[in-house]
Amino acid sequence: MKAILTGNEAAAWGARLSRPKVIAAYPITPQTSIIETIAAFIANGEMDARYIRVESEHSAMAACIAAQNTGVRTYTATSAHGLALMHEVLMWASGARLPIVMSVVNRAMAPPWSVWTDQLDTMAERDSGWIQVYTQNNQEVLDSIIMSYKIAEKHNILLPTMVIEDAFILSHTSEGVDIPEQKKVDDFLGEYEPAFKLDPDEPAGFGSLIMPEGPYMEFRYKMALAMEDARSEIRKVVEEYNQVFGREYAPFVEEYKTEDADAVMVVIGTIGSTAKDVVDRMREKGKKVGVARVRYFRPFPAEELRKIAKGAKMIGVVDRSYSFGPGADLFAETKSVLYGHADIPVKNYVMGLGGRDITPRIIEKVFDDMLSVAKDGVVDKEVEWVGLQGDERWS
Amino acid sequence: MSVLLPEDPTPIAKVPSTENKTGGWRTFRPVIHYEKCIRCYICWKFCPDAAIYFASPDAHAAPKEALSKFDTVEINYDFCKGCGICANECPAKAIELVLEESAEGDEE
Amino acid sequence: MMKKLTIPEEEHMLSGHTACLGCGATIAMRYVLKALGKNTILSIPACCWAVIPGVYPHRTLDVPLLYTAFEVTGAAISGIREALDAMGKEDVNVVGFAGDGGTADIGLQALSAAMERGHNVFYIMYDNEAYMNTGIQRSGSTPMGAWTTTTPGGKKRMYKWEPKKNVAEIMVAHNIPYVATATIAYPEDMIAKLKRAKEIKGPKFFQILSPCPTGWRHPPDKTVEISRLAVQTNMFPLYEVINGKYKISIKPKNPKPVKEYLRLQGRFRHLTEDEIEMIQKNVDENWKALLKKERCSQEE
Ligand SMILES: Cc1ncc(C[n+]2csc(CCOP(=O)(O)OP(=O)(O)O)c2C)c(N)n1
Ligand code: SF4
Ligand code: SF4
Ligand code: SF4
Ligand SMILES: [Mg+2]
Repeated sequence: MKAILTGNEAAAWGARLSRPKVIAAYPITPQTSIIETIAAFIANGEMDARYIRVESEHSAMAACIAAQNTGVRTYTATSAHGLALMHEVLMWASGARLPIVMSVVNRAMAPPWSVWTDQLDTMAERDSGWIQVYTQNNQEVLDSIIMSYKIAEKHNILLPTMVIEDAFILSHTSEGVDIPEQKKVDDFLGEYEPAFKLDPDEPAGFGSLIMPEGPYMEFRYKMALAMEDARSEIRKVVEEYNQVFGREYAPFVEEYKTEDADAVMVVIGTIGSTAKDVVDRMREKGKKVGVARVRYFRPFPAEELRKIAKGAKMIGVVDRSYSFGPGADLFAETKSVLYGHADIPVKNYVMGLGGRDITPRIIEKVFDDMLSVAKDGVVDKEVEWVGLQGDERWS
Repeated sequence: MSVLLPEDPTPIAKVPSTENKTGGWRTFRPVIHYEKCIRCYICWKFCPDAAIYFASPDAHAAPKEALSKFDTVEINYDFCKGCGICANECPAKAIELVLEESAEGDEE
Repeated sequence: MMKKLTIPEEEHMLSGHTACLGCGATIAMRYVLKALGKNTILSIPACCWAVIPGVYPHRTLDVPLLYTAFEVTGAAISGIREALDAMGKEDVNVVGFAGDGGTADIGLQALSAAMERGHNVFYIMYDNEAYMNTGIQRSGSTPMGAWTTTTPGGKKRMYKWEPKKNVAEIMVAHNIPYVATATIAYPEDMIAKLKRAKEIKGPKFFQILSPCPTGWRHPPDKTVEISRLAVQTNMFPLYEVINGKYKISIKPKNPKPVKEYLRLQGRFRHLTEDEIEMIQKNVDENWKALLKKERCSQEE
């Protein structure tokens, strides 16, 4: 069924089609319309789920953890401050190995207050043990939720998953979306089979104390293995989904004209769409540029990026967040996986913070800068903040 | 590489704590003087370690004929931590707390 | 086999747990499970009871137990309840079992919301009147005059002088169908209340005074005696509030002076006669207020 949906409506549809039994959620701009749409689905009898209208995001995640541990599929959604408030229990969900699926609508962190897109909120949770998939359009939002349940629920994975969309650019913008048939989704996902559950017939304590000589470290190692195993499961599930539902998702990195590119821009989220248009325009002028849009930030697509770097003369990494470390997160991790594999310059472009518009014109200027780095073979300035007020270079 | 990994994905504690013999914590040992015990089960009721259990009526002599048809109680010294609540609560003053070393000496 | 027992014989708390000698919170758990039986799922946040079941892979309870973060008990039991109901398992009891810190302080928000939403759950606050797991720091539920490690005595007198937060009353204000206080010296009373509550659909809240020899600085054999004195001095009155109607469970004919309760505990050792007098006055006022509430709520 074709429909015109905002990103948030698409997220609500993704949840609806996946048939979670318990939903616990708390409103925050720009996530709110996800949970309102779901409330309407339930009120109309279109969705059979218990909806816990919790008093905070911390409780939303805690209730999902408890419900999932009791043996049912769960769903929640949040943004920025809500995600930050969840931080403690995000770690709990992954450590408890509960395949919860959550939508996160990227929003800037305050102060100053800003409800617009910025990826610091999810980047700050990169070490929470959650799988993270970033989307580029509303169709991908919907599809990724369904795929995420299937991947996360595999008994060799059991890691919760964030399906991430940019605020407003996706969340509140309408696009044509193909809503898959319920029957097809049911067949694709199957009944939820918990790997373990709270059961009065099998008394057990979930999450008890472990001494340093106990297997704490081993349980963490098992999580690391699961995140590694997720690579092959993601590949399989994405392929299957493409086949069943007629899509063309690349599992980890969506490449656009990278094969013969001198300068490849590595991006995440909706910047990908803008960048692709700019690439077309620049190619017409004979400039050899390409885009690699990272979908999964966790697990991090190390092999894929190394392969891309093999043919390129330089890599420019665009981050819509800043981490106060050696550059922003996507840059730092890209550079670290390339180390020892590709001896080419890597430069970080920090832009679009707090929802500042990333225009084709700015992207083109960044590409030009990248091409000059490719030509010189050296990075003049490793971390470049692009588009600061008063800086004429980018306008 | 052969590392030893737990089977479960997350800690799921299934082994009964009765593997853990907390009797070793004891400084004082409660000793029941059965000739005073009126089989009221108050000690059983209040024991925080669930270390008092029922024994058959004839396991110990009763102070009175009328009581001899009732179950008697015994202390499981594998688990009793020697808190003394049973002795403090016993209405018949039938439980005596003795220092653990001297109690051991007395036994055999 | 023949015996006359006043509480159920069934036992769902095993020996071999790691609570201190004479731990009152452990006795409370024993009774709760005797009353509710095996068809129960428990949720326990950070607190002494997160450690008492022992180190992995040990368990000391014959029912499934979900360990959780410190402040989430209200949310966790909501999640368990809704999941069970979604699976058609409406007969399973869902019990949050949390300390006074996890209830009166850091977990109050989640608790309040869970009670307001009206889930069919038990919330049991085992009240040992301080943060014991972290080594006896003051909580909102610490009584007036008590020593704790964050209200120590010193050259400048300190101690905890703010009155104990009345969590049971906060719960009554949520208009939930069942609120009760209980303490371990009165197991028959506690178990009868739990069984009564079990018949009621909706949120049920219990505050169970659970003496802690380690934190209250009393000999471990005095745990039950102190619990009894708390009731006999009106320090901790036993009552229940069913659909807004108060019923005091025990009305001591001649209440004992609070001094008898206080002097058994090291945490009150520093108190002067004047201070004891002040605490006595506070206890008397609270008792009078409770009698009045009982009278008014029964009047219609
Ligand atoms: C968010 C958070 N803050 C602090 C702690 C440390 N902490 C663990 S248990 C505890 C005190 C528990 O007190 P209470 O709820 O009264 O239970 P008790 O230990 O007294 O039985 C504290 C402060 C924690 N686990 N989590
Ligand atoms: S409390 Fe005393 S009298 Fe009663 S059963 Fe125990 S030992 Fe016997
Ligand atoms: S001393 Fe304490 S632990 Fe031992 S049997 Fe008596 S009450 Fe139980
Ligand atoms: S500190 Fe107190 S409440 Fe905690 S286990 Fe020890 S006696 Fe029990
Ligand atoms: Mg406490």
